[in-house]
Amino acid sequence: MAKMKALICRECGKEYPTEALHVCELCFGPLEVKYNYEEIKEAMSRASVEAGPKSLWRYKELLPIEGGPTIGLHAGMTPLVHAKNLGSFLGLDELYIKNDCVNQPTLSFKDRVVAVALTRARELGYETAACASTGNLANSVAAHAAQAGMQCYVFIPGDLEAAKVLGNLIYRPKVVEIEGNYDDVNRLCSEIAGERRWAFVNVNIRPYYAEGSKTLAFEVVEQLGWRAPDQVVVPMASGSLLTKIWKGLNEFKKIGFLKDVSTKVNGAQAEGCSPIATAFKDGRDFFKPVKPSTIAKSLAIGNPADGYYALKTVAESGGAMEAVTDDEIIEGIKLLAQTEGIFAETAGGVTIGTLLKLVKQGVIKKHDVTVAYITGNGLKTQEAVVDSVGRPYRIPPSLVKFEQMFGQQGAA
Amino acid sequence: MTKLRFHIRFPEEKIPEPVIYQIGHEYQVVTSIRRADVRETTGWMDVEFSGETEEIERAIAGMRNKGVLVDPIELNVVE
Repeated sequence: MAKMKALICRECGKEYPTEALHVCELCFGPLEVKYNYEEIKEAMSRASVEAGPKSLWRYKELLPIEGGPTIGLHAGMTPLVHAKNLGSFLGLDELYIKNDCVNQPTLSFKDRVVAVALTRARELGYETAACASTGNLANSVAAHAAQAGMQCYVFIPGDLEAAKVLGNLIYRPKVVEIEGNYDDVNRLCSEIAGERRWAFVNVNIRPYYAEGSKTLAFEVVEQLGWRAPDQVVVPMASGSLLTKIWKGLNEFKKIGFLKDVSTKVNGAQAEGCSPIATAFKDGRDFFKPVKPSTIAKSLAIGNPADGYYALKTVAESGGAMEAVTDDEIIEGIKLLAQTEGIFAETAGGVTIGTLLKLVKQGVIKKHDVTVAYITGNGLKTQEAVVDSVGRPYRIPPSLVKFEQMFGQQGAA
Repeated sequence: MTKLRFHIRFPEEKIPEPVIYQIGHEYQVVTSIRRADVRETTGWMDVEFSGETEEIERAIAGMRNKGVLVDPIELNVVE
């Protein structure tokens, strides 16, 4: 029996074959992958995982592919850093940073979801990969498509910064700039996805794509010595990542890798785009779309597809949500860099800023085993911190001048 | 004949207005509501519009002019 049973509607429960479908034909609810956990339990053990490849594919039984992995073979198994310095600063005994700044090949967690999406897309016979993106997703799709020899289309808003456009062009996809406001771009991309027989990774391949995020839960559990953390802090854009970390933890329970899951899942957003966190704080079970205005552009999704499910997940796990200002984001980036030597992009600043708030509020406590998810590399968003990190010391090429500035022992 | 699916959201002041009825009268578009949640202060619907593509485009523009938010059924696809 196949490990993937079906695609199932998250709203009405109607089941579909495991094809490139993403919306229920009956109620228009989103589809997700349903697995045969009894089969997986038989096929998978902790020992078999530990003997597997040093990538996310060590958990392939719990990923939505039928054969072996073919694309994105090096994604995942990023370091889980015991952040003793930052933990000490915050008064936490066991703080860990899940460092997807060094994910391969494009230095963000998107390499996980794209590896899974394109491996599945190829199984389904697709020869063209596509996405609509302003940053990390486009980089990852373009890079993976180049490696896999797939055609690639990347759709971007017409006013995107030059550096971000270059980050896509280097892989030689067809980059299509769309004129018009954000809503126009969004709607056209949805319509193109409906018209073409392409693997539009976050549209018609989305049920498979999203499953890749579960590996951020699987790896943390394994790296903690097969135990679930007490608290996780997860940045939220569409909200999908947070819901899939929760799903991953509970799948490990279903197959017997964890006895119980009592992890509190906490969500982090930027104040300039916080539809989910605002709904949570207002006690609402629905969010109101917003027009994003934040330096955390990788989280700037004003009408998040999984916002409703993120609210449900956090409530179910007993977690919390917080939002942070742009200044707090920058301080978060600097704090992580200066305590742990990890340079995160703005989304990482959102995570660290939120972690600070939750500790101050007493939501996260001293003895909690806490994992903060850092999802992208700071080299991608240098403009966010360029004015707040100071300047180099400047001296003439003279030992005397150097010693005048720094003293005999090299201290400034 | 084209069929397109949308997520429509009504701001509070539009809740009492028969927007879907008006769209059916003003444009050559057939509306099929699949899921909805309309409350005192907010409301949304997942709908399918059937008709000529240009007429659906006009209907969407008309709804936006009325202050109704119209998004693809997937919500944000630009990530």
